[in-house]
Amino acid sequence: MSATMRRLVFAASLLIAAAAPARAASEADFKTAYAAAEAAEKEAGSLRNQWITTETTLKAARKQADAGDFDAATATAKEAEALAKASIFQATSEKDRWKDAEIH
Amino acid sequence: MASTIRVRAIANGDTTEVQALIQHPMDSGFVKDAQGAVIPAHFIQQLTFEHNGKTVFTADWGPAVAKDPYVKFGFKGASKGDELKVSWVDNKGASDSITATIQ
Amino acid sequence: MRFVLAPVLAPVLALISAALAAGVIAQAAPAPDKPDPAADAKAFRNYFVTKFPGVKLEDFVNGPYSMNEDMRKQWVEKEEFPPYDFALDAGKEMFAKPFKNGKTYADCFENGGIGVRQNFPYFDAQKGEVVTLELAINRCREANGEAPLSYVKDDMASLTAYMAYTSRGKPLDIKIPDDPRALAAYENGKRYFYTRRGQLNFSCASCHVLSPGQRLRAEILAPALGILNAMPIYRSEWAGMGTISRRFITCNSQTRAVPEEAQSEDYRDLEYYLSYVSNGLPVSGPGARP
Repeated sequence: MSATMRRLVFAASLLIAAAAPARAASEADFKTAYAAAEAAEKEAGSLRNQWITTETTLKAARKQADAGDFDAATATAKEAEALAKASIFQATSEKDRWKDAEIH
Repeated sequence: MASTIRVRAIANGDTTEVQALIQHPMDSGFVKDAQGAVIPAHFIQQLTFEHNGKTVFTADWGPAVAKDPYVKFGFKGASKGDELKVSWVDNKGASDSITATIQ
Repeated sequence: MRFVLAPVLAPVLALISAALAAGVIAQAAPAPDKPDPAADAKAFRNYFVTKFPGVKLEDFVNGPYSMNEDMRKQWVEKEEFPPYDFALDAGKEMFAKPFKNGKTYADCFENGGIGVRQNFPYFDAQKGEVVTLELAINRCREANGEAPLSYVKDDMASLTAYMAYTSRGKPLDIKIPDDPRALAAYENGKRYFYTRRGQLNFSCASCHVLSPGQRLRAEILAPALGILNAMPIYRSEWAGMGTISRRFITCNSQTRAVPEEAQSEDYRDLEYYLSYVSNGLPVSGPGARP
C-alpha cells in the first residue's frame, strides 16, 4: 500500500471509530442533553413560541431516564432540543417573514 | 325549575311539523374525565310525543345520541289549537314532560 | 434533521409561491412608516369579496355556512331551534342577577350592557391596553367583590352570548384612537394573525385567508372576514359553548403551539385586529358551528 493509501485508510478508520458510539449513554450524558433541551425550550418560551411536541418529548425523555434507560433518554432529550431549536428558528424567521403573508 | 324540553309545533295544511330541543347531558358512558375516571352513562332512553292520548312519535335512544338532542318530524291528523304532550325517561329513571299548543 | 427543516421551510416556500400566485405580495412596495388600519381593513375586505363574488358582504359572518350550500341548509334549519338556546337563557338570567353587594353587570357598562357588544374590544387609554368584552365582564365582577369566571366556557360563554344577542344585527364598530399605543396593539394583533406557529407551522392566515371554503379534515374553513362576529359559539365538536378565548387557545394547540393564557396581551391584540378589519359587518352571535 502506498503512503497516501495508508493515510487514507488510517483517516477512514478514525472517522469510523468517531462515528460509532464508543459506549452506552450514562446518566451524566442524559443530564447534559436534558439541560440543553430545557435551556432551548426556555429560550423558545421567552419568544412565546413553544411547541406542544417539544413539551411531550421532554416529558418522554424524563420518563425514560426515570426507568433507567439512559440510551433512549439521551436520544429523546436530543430530539427535544432539536424541536426547541426549530421553534426558535420559526420564531426568529417569522419575525420578518409574516409581512410577506399580509394582505395589502 | 324551567323545563328541559323546548317544543314548537306548527300546523301546515294537514301536516303538523314538530321541532324539539331537549336539555340533557346524554353521557355515553365511554368518556373519561380529567382524572381518568369514566363518566357514568346518563342518557334519555325513551322520548314520546302524544296527541289526543295517542302516541304519534317514539324515539328509543341510546348512548350514540349527542348532548342536548334535537328532534324534528311531521305527523298528520292534528289541527291548530290541539295539544301535544312531550315526555322523556332516562336510564336513571328521571323524567320530564311538557304540553304545548299546536300553532 | 428532517423535522427541523421540512415543516419550516417547505410550507414557507409553498406559502410564498401561493401568495405570489394570488398576487397578494406587494413585491416592490416599501414598508409603510405608520400603520394605516383603514387601508388594511379596506384591502382585507376587498380580498374576500373578490375571492368570493357570490357571497353577500354581511354573509361572511356565517363562516362555513357562507362557503358551502349543503352546510348552510342544515344550519338554517337548526337556527329555528338553535343549540345555544340554553346558554342564551342562562346568560339572560345571570346578567340580571345582582352581585352580593347589590350591584349588577348593568352598572359596569354603557347603556346597561344592552346592545353594546359591537363596541368591543376597545382601547383603554388610561390603562394603555385592549379591553375585550370577556375581560370587561371579569373586571366588573372583581370590582364588585365577585370571583372572576373562567374565560373559556360555561358562565362566561352564557353572559357573552346574551350580550351578543342584544347586539344582533348591529355593525361592528371598533375604534382605533390616534394613540401610538393603540396602533401598536393593532399592529401586534396583525403580526400575530399572520405569524406561523406550532410544529405544524400554520398561521391564522394559513387557514382563514388562504383556504376558506376548503376542507381541513372534515371541517369547512371559515373566512377570516367577520370570523369573530358570531362568537360565542355552540360548537358541536365541543358539545357546548365556547368563547373567543377558547377558540384562540384551541386553534393554537391544534397547530401544536403551546397556547398563551386566556386574555393574554397577544390574544387581546389579535381580537382587536380581527374585529377592526371586520368593521361594518353585523354582530351575529351567539352562533352555532359544527
